[in-house]
Amino acid sequence: MDDHLPSTTIARRALLRGGAAGLGSLALGSILARADDSSAARWRGLVQPPHHRPRARSVIHLCMAGGPSHLETLDHKPELARRDGEPMPESMTKGQPIAQLQGKELRCLAPQHPFARYGESGQEICTLFPRIGSIADRIAIVRSMRTKQINHDPAHTFMNTGAQISGRPSMGSWAVYGLGTGSDDLPGFVVMTSKGKGGQGQPIAARQWHSGFLPGRFQGVHFRSAGDPVLYLGSPPGTGAEMQGDIVAAVQALDRDRNNLLDDPEISARISQYEVAFRMQASVPELTALSSEPQSVLDLYGTRGADGSFAANCLLARRLVERGVRFVQLYHRAWDHHGGIQRNMKITANEVDQASAALVIDLEQRGLLEDTLVIWGGEFGRTPMAQGDGRDHHIKGFSMWLAGGGIRGGCSHGATDELGYNAVEDVVEIHDLHATIMHLLGIEHDRFTYRFQGRDFRLTDVSGHVVEQILA
Amino acid sequence: MPSFALLFAASLAIPPAFGRVAVGEVQFNRDIRPLFSETCFNCHGPDKGPRRGDLRLDVPDGLYQDLGGYTVIVPGNRGASELYQRLVASDPHDRMPHRKSRKTLSPEQIEAIGLWIDEGARWEEHWAYTAPTRPAPPEVEQEAWIANPIDRFVLDRIESAGVVPSPDATPRLLARRLSFDLLGLPPDTGDVEVMKGALKAAPDTDTELGRIVDELLASPHYGERMAIGWLDVVRYADTVGYHGDQDRSMSPYRDYVIDAFNDNMPFDQFTTEQLAGDLLPGATLQQQVASGYNRLNQITAEGGSQAEEYLAIYAADRVRTTSSVWLGTTLGCAQCHDHKYDPFSTRDFYSFGAFFADIEERGVYEGANTSGNWGPSVRVPSPREEADLARIDEEIAKLRSQAATASPELALAQDAWEERVNSGSDGPFEFDWIDDAQTNGGRTEGTWRFVEAGKPSVLSGERMRFQQGAGTIQHFFYQASRVVRPGAADRFYAHVWLDPDDPPAQLMIQLHSGNWSHRAFWGEDRIPFGEIGSNEQDHRAAGPIPASGEWIRLEVDPASVGIPPGAVVDGMAFTQFGGTAWWDRSGLRTEQRLLSIEGLTESLHTTLKDHPDERTDEEALALAAFYRNIAPELDEVRGQVKALEGERERVEGAIVTTLITRRTTPRTMRVLPRGDWLDDSGEVVQAAVPASLPQPADTGGRAPNRLDLARWLTAPENPLVARTIVNRLWQHFFGTGLSRVLDDLGSQGEWPTHPALLDWLAVEFIESGWDVKHMVKLIVTSHTYRQTSTATPLARKSDPYNRLFARQESLRLPAELIRDNALAVSGLLNPTIGGPSVKPYQPTGYWAQLNFPERRYERHTDARGLRRGLYTYWCRTFPHPSLQAFGAPSREECAAERERANTPTQALVLLNDPTFVEAAIALATHMMGEGDRSPEGNIERGFQRVLCRPPTANEREVLVDLFRQHGARFAEDPQAAQALIMSVDRSGAQTGDAPSLAAWTSVARVILNLHETITRD
Repeated sequence: MDDHLPSTTIARRALLRGGAAGLGSLALGSILARADDSSAARWRGLVQPPHHRPRARSVIHLCMAGGPSHLETLDHKPELARRDGEPMPESMTKGQPIAQLQGKELRCLAPQHPFARYGESGQEICTLFPRIGSIADRIAIVRSMRTKQINHDPAHTFMNTGAQISGRPSMGSWAVYGLGTGSDDLPGFVVMTSKGKGGQGQPIAARQWHSGFLPGRFQGVHFRSAGDPVLYLGSPPGTGAEMQGDIVAAVQALDRDRNNLLDDPEISARISQYEVAFRMQASVPELTALSSEPQSVLDLYGTRGADGSFAANCLLARRLVERGVRFVQLYHRAWDHHGGIQRNMKITANEVDQASAALVIDLEQRGLLEDTLVIWGGEFGRTPMAQGDGRDHHIKGFSMWLAGGGIRGGCSHGATDELGYNAVEDVVEIHDLHATIMHLLGIEHDRFTYRFQGRDFRLTDVSGHVVEQILA
Repeated sequence: MPSFALLFAASLAIPPAFGRVAVGEVQFNRDIRPLFSETCFNCHGPDKGPRRGDLRLDVPDGLYQDLGGYTVIVPGNRGASELYQRLVASDPHDRMPHRKSRKTLSPEQIEAIGLWIDEGARWEEHWAYTAPTRPAPPEVEQEAWIANPIDRFVLDRIESAGVVPSPDATPRLLARRLSFDLLGLPPDTGDVEVMKGALKAAPDTDTELGRIVDELLASPHYGERMAIGWLDVVRYADTVGYHGDQDRSMSPYRDYVIDAFNDNMPFDQFTTEQLAGDLLPGATLQQQVASGYNRLNQITAEGGSQAEEYLAIYAADRVRTTSSVWLGTTLGCAQCHDHKYDPFSTRDFYSFGAFFADIEERGVYEGANTSGNWGPSVRVPSPREEADLARIDEEIAKLRSQAATASPELALAQDAWEERVNSGSDGPFEFDWIDDAQTNGGRTEGTWRFVEAGKPSVLSGERMRFQQGAGTIQHFFYQASRVVRPGAADRFYAHVWLDPDDPPAQLMIQLHSGNWSHRAFWGEDRIPFGEIGSNEQDHRAAGPIPASGEWIRLEVDPASVGIPPGAVVDGMAFTQFGGTAWWDRSGLRTEQRLLSIEGLTESLHTTLKDHPDERTDEEALALAAFYRNIAPELDEVRGQVKALEGERERVEGAIVTTLITRRTTPRTMRVLPRGDWLDDSGEVVQAAVPASLPQPADTGGRAPNRLDLARWLTAPENPLVARTIVNRLWQHFFGTGLSRVLDDLGSQGEWPTHPALLDWLAVEFIESGWDVKHMVKLIVTSHTYRQTSTATPLARKSDPYNRLFARQESLRLPAELIRDNALAVSGLLNPTIGGPSVKPYQPTGYWAQLNFPERRYERHTDARGLRRGLYTYWCRTFPHPSLQAFGAPSREECAAERERANTPTQALVLLNDPTFVEAAIALATHMMGEGDRSPEGNIERGFQRVLCRPPTANEREVLVDLFRQHGARFAEDPQAAQALIMSVDRSGAQTGDAPSLAAWTSVARVILNLHETITRD
């Protein structure tokens, strides 16, 4: 595993290109001359060396926010079709947590879209997702996911932090804390969001990418599609890169003066953070401008450019991991299909199918897939029972797929019962998913802790097993 | 054995500075308990769940027990102590800690345990669980250094370590330090001069310093500075937290905290009012506001959430927070299993939670995102609002008494009125409410078009009303001053003429009596008022659409639309669906004119009929009073009253509300096995404090409540509360607690660096009557506080974490203060105290991920945008990004300590956030101000304003250079200069010389970005 990435070179090139006329000699000279100082200050990660050979260097989590129905994505249930409209067996549902169907009559709702077999592996996937079908041999499907939280907000929190209580670090923060960042001018953990048209846009809290009790530098940075791509990234109006560079250089000169007097590590750190900040001002816009991508790539993803769509975000995700970003999370807020699931699944599937598959294909073509773990799925699934013509939240069984670094393509793992209610075979808890992600990153989850309030906390709390069966 | 001591110190994670004190005496609490807690308690500690071999090492009974043939510890004999033998056993199966635990002890640590056994294996109760007693301040060598007893404890340690305290900070740094620590605002050069005088005043320095501190403590900004830390621990915010994270008003609680610090409310009272203000006899408004503490937890309005689950979540949240805030313990860890390290069981957890089971609340506030009903609240008028209401009430009273005063003119007018009313018949009578104009006052809305001609000729008077359109169209009036009170036989009427070429599909008459739900309609059912398809009083089908091309009279029986006899009707609406129509003469046909139109009561009616001479005095007065209510002569006065009443309503509507605690029947609380809310097999528990702590006074069989909890917390024998609070206070002034883990004084916390000082301060706090200002003054007037923060390289090496407090600490300012400082030095700060939270600059679209409802950040562009940081609107799921960048917590959970990270985001905020650009423009304007107008003079002024010092030669040179370069650039490109100085709300537009101001803005930006500027040294 080689952690030496071309990022520094790219950033320098970007700086030169973006600012050939813009960057003042003072700023440019001083900043490039010291680029190496600050990369020395870069966080290299706590787990040095890794606990074992890492299989993935980066993670891209395609978070299908709202809870996609496993019954219209990855889990084919013909028996449910046969029992359409019949009452759900009470033995299954009695005493189980339930969301909006509390106190309502529970009846089976047949899968609303057909399934087909794809690839040599013959994986069964809903026909709403033909492009994902086309990469069936590269993905591992897990059909026995289970979570503990039945409402969106706590379920996302649980999916990201392994806990319901706010204030625990998210998995991206853990990853950066453990493994460091691969880029000098980009954050180690980047989050992007998009909103679909075929379902309620459930809110997403910034706590989902928060570093919790870990130091704030490990927090996810939200890249935005409107306004500055990163908060406060743009220089004030009337101030071009050159003038901004002058100001940064003057701040550093004066801070350095003072540090000569006091020799305070905090001042040294401040000086290098101004360095990084200024470089981000050039590198992030360069990164988020998709105009440098050839038309063929834009077509592959199905995007016209950086328009804040899920497709554009997928392409950005590839650009991020290319530059050494450790953990990328894309939220597509669209999947909360309490009603009209037949029609709405179609809309939402259409928004993500092509780009999700394109990301895997593109990564593969660039030789990045073997180092990049791609995860696709929501915070929970949906009930086999009807809620009108939709489905309610469901936590006892749902599906996800994974691809890339260390994942065995073309396999499926686990199963729900014949109605898709309970995960019954090879159940995978969220802690198990976390253990597996950490494992692929070269970290043993139960050896990776952080002391807070007197206790050694870990992402997997007190459980978690690596899902060996889906590993290559 | 000095060599051992060194080794020992280095290996115990105690900083080397403490090496010397370890010699010759191993202390259980300081040296051994942390080792046991870290490596043994997991399997041999308080949690019975995973306990192995029925062995406990956290209690003396376990440590010294005879296990049949062998003894865990034999004091004085490590050889005979099984515990020690297992630590050194060669067989991996016997050896402890067990390899599966992944814990290890170093040889030095094992040796320390052996030494402790050899020295008698003396057990000590955990230091924080026994009530503090006041230790005698130690004797020291350098008596002259002592300003107050704090210094004795600190200096004793410093002298023992063989080092010396740091020199005093310069007057400038001390003035800055005190000003930031006590007010959160920078000093000005005048303050520095005063400090210079004080420090030169030896031997009266301490007195002079005390005087300065007293002045600072008397400032209203002191409360703001102190409130920040409290708001962090109690997790004060402006939004509910979960899911939609909706707005809910709580700012009066925040202001209560500020006021409490300013008024130096004793901390025991502060505690009681927050936990149980509602239970105090005759609770004042402020005490109710304080009880909002119990309502600060995150709540949800997410549809499909289960109330029971969330009630369990709220209960657990309160246990976590309350135990952190007051007890400095992690009782929250006992939610699913007994505590691993401290003597708290799950039963303790749920029993503690039971104190809060009487709080009126809902598990899920479904619908609150639109209704805003988040449970019990009170209205809290500001002094200004109270004054306004008092003024309005006074004016209304004055006008009313004016209206109630008899006069000859009124008497004459009344005679005329009586004659007119008496001369007409009492019925039947048609009262035309609307004919040629809307003359009834009140509110007139919709499309009113009076016309003199049209397809039909006018039916009555000179004008009629024309109404035409697609869909629902209407004109209406309500809250009229001329009201009617229909009797049972009375009918409302309206006349209408429908255009035969374009007839409306439907007509509707609506009557306003309290509300508009009194409707009758003719024709199709398309107007969406009331439920379409229904036939109820609010949607009464009265018949088919009438014929067109002729005047039609519509009539409505009041009873049929839900208006009982005698009810006041004050408005009428004329609605049609599409088409063209003319409306005319509308009103009430009555059989009892005097009652229904003139508004007379039966008795007044009789009085009126009587001859004036036959009336009793009482009757005459009543009739006169009635007349004054309708007398045209008093129209103006009545109008003024009405206007004032409207104003009163507006003032009342603007009064801020705050959630409070209201008591209800306590919910049943049970132990939830493994925290599972679905499992109701656990034992039912009553409110109780943890069993291992000193118990509260007997309540005589009465179930203990929150008031008892507050009394227990603030009883002198409570071992934890005073220590927890003074430890946090110490951290406020030194950056680190005496025990470093602020929210855990338990086994996994840290043995205090100065245990005797911590206890001394705790006792002093209690015995002073919980006097917070007294404690603050004691700390900041100590010589310890006064030291310079500059660390010598040697000191940095020998005591990197400054555990000896042989120097002060350089601390980056807290998030809010970075903003406050920039606003203050640039002269922009709006120093208003209290009130609803404000919305300063925030990047556009930052709230885009919020929903239910979707939200736009409506920035305050007026002076509210210049308030101090602690008033910034606190959105829990998306905390203000510039505050968050500098470590402000989300306030979802209790946060006893803030992170002091140093990140690139902070640089981006200071460089690019309009807040700081605006401050730089304002600062630049001041720099270009009076006196020496040379570049050097401007830079001098800038440095004095921001740092209270002149620039160094090099600083001056760098900044003059920058000014020249940017001056030239902006002169070449004046549009860029304009763009910069016009980019903010408080722009530099008034300046004549934009390029120059822009260039000085660049210089000011540098000064505001300096590490020194955002640091309190």
